[in-house]
Amino acid sequence: MLKRTPLFEAHQKLGAKLIDFGGWEMPVQYTSIIEEHKAVRETAGLFDISHMGEFEIGGPFSGEFVNQALTNDASRLEIGEGHYTQICNERGGIIDDLYCFRTAVKSFLLVVNASRIAEDWGALVARRDAFLATEECSMHDQSGDAGAIALQGPEAATMMRKLSGDACDLAKNRIGSFQVAGLEKPVWISRTGYTGEDGFEIICANDEVRALWDRLIEVGARPCGLGARDTLRTEVCYPLYGHELDEDTTPIEAGIGWSVALDKGDFIGRDALVAQKEAGVDRRLIAFKMTGRSAPPRQGYPIWSVGDDAKRIGEVTSGTQSPSLGIGIGLGHVSREHARRDTPIEIEIRGRRTPAAICAKPIYSKNQSDT
Amino acid sequence: MSANVPSDLKYAASHEWVRVADGVATVGISDHAQAELTELVFVELPEVGRQLKASDQCAVVESVKTASDVYSPVSGEVVEVNKALEDNPGLANDDPFGEGWFFRIRLDSPTEVDALLSPEDYAAQIG
Repeated sequence: MLKRTPLFEAHQKLGAKLIDFGGWEMPVQYTSIIEEHKAVRETAGLFDISHMGEFEIGGPFSGEFVNQALTNDASRLEIGEGHYTQICNERGGIIDDLYCFRTAVKSFLLVVNASRIAEDWGALVARRDAFLATEECSMHDQSGDAGAIALQGPEAATMMRKLSGDACDLAKNRIGSFQVAGLEKPVWISRTGYTGEDGFEIICANDEVRALWDRLIEVGARPCGLGARDTLRTEVCYPLYGHELDEDTTPIEAGIGWSVALDKGDFIGRDALVAQKEAGVDRRLIAFKMTGRSAPPRQGYPIWSVGDDAKRIGEVTSGTQSPSLGIGIGLGHVSREHARRDTPIEIEIRGRRTPAAICAKPIYSKNQSDT
Repeated sequence: MSANVPSDLKYAASHEWVRVADGVATVGISDHAQAELTELVFVELPEVGRQLKASDQCAVVESVKTASDVYSPVSGEVVEVNKALEDNPGLANDDPFGEGWFFRIRLDSPTEVDALLSPEDYAAQIG
């Protein structure tokens, strides 16, 4: 039996096409992936992200614990600030990528991937129990009690102003607790997202998600499914767990080494990551565009070098038709010596090698499209 | 929203339709199929001259999210493919039984078509 979010009935009522996403029955689209994608790039879209996990970490040693468990340096976070970070295994492989917010001096909120809640919780509890007592560092899994909605797009702030005048003044990566008109309990609102657009993510109690969802539709946001969420994040090269990231891939290999603070002291996986940084990586995550008319690239398709000594150099981790650019785009791991930008490559699509080129990240940006 | 199933066509259980004239079958995908697939962004059609047997995988349709196979409902030689569909795959969404046709095939055996699903049976299948 698939799990359902508090918005399941709302999705059904909107006629959503539902799919199994990591054990959750989620909307992949309501009317059209392409139209929903464009709504987020041009106005604002609304995503049910209630399946995601939320952990609250508190207590006198919570800061030390978070810094020992996660790759980024949480000691640099001000109250009300968040950043992107990872939980790694001892080999430096990524157990999950997540957002860590400091909500008070000794209080942190972690927002994790739905499909990784159990693994994350297990790894974090094991780390805590090895060094700390529960009164020194408390952990609460709020995933089952909290729902969440992402409001994304250039008009997100204008719409948010109608719900909470204060929240729309949040700076990027900031979080706060706000009272929203029509809801009884305060909600967490952060200026974050997964689309490359301005926007907000709102975490609230399960029994108030529906009221929030309806209110956001009322102020003009368009419901968008996971299909558009995936094309949006692929265009701006945000990695997705299970595609670019897994337990055998390190943050350095995945191109997110900027969120690993090797200088902050010990954390899980640090030794392996330091060694890899010194030795250099064998493979890198690249972005590419198909150069002619072709079928969209897909996860698992082989990537080849071009020329007389052409060989298989890697594999596509995410691929799709870009609704913004109208061409096939993707991300993939390739061996280091082939990872140079502007290098021609070929993607093997159903046995046929099809021309593509490694390109700069992000694949799509607003300024680029204006010119 | 129920799918359109024109009464003058025959259907395959794999959601292709067939219209026969002068021993040549025009093949496309059904309205139900295009709705399930969602907006098509790419089609790969068989080569003209290719010999197909009924149920051969012979074309591919791709939406933003997935690639799906298209099968020939009948046996014969491909005599024409819809070039306009290659340029604009959305024709299969907008007009699946008309402008969105896929290919034409000269039938090895005209009676083979009789074994395909009637509009009533196909409509019952997609329920």
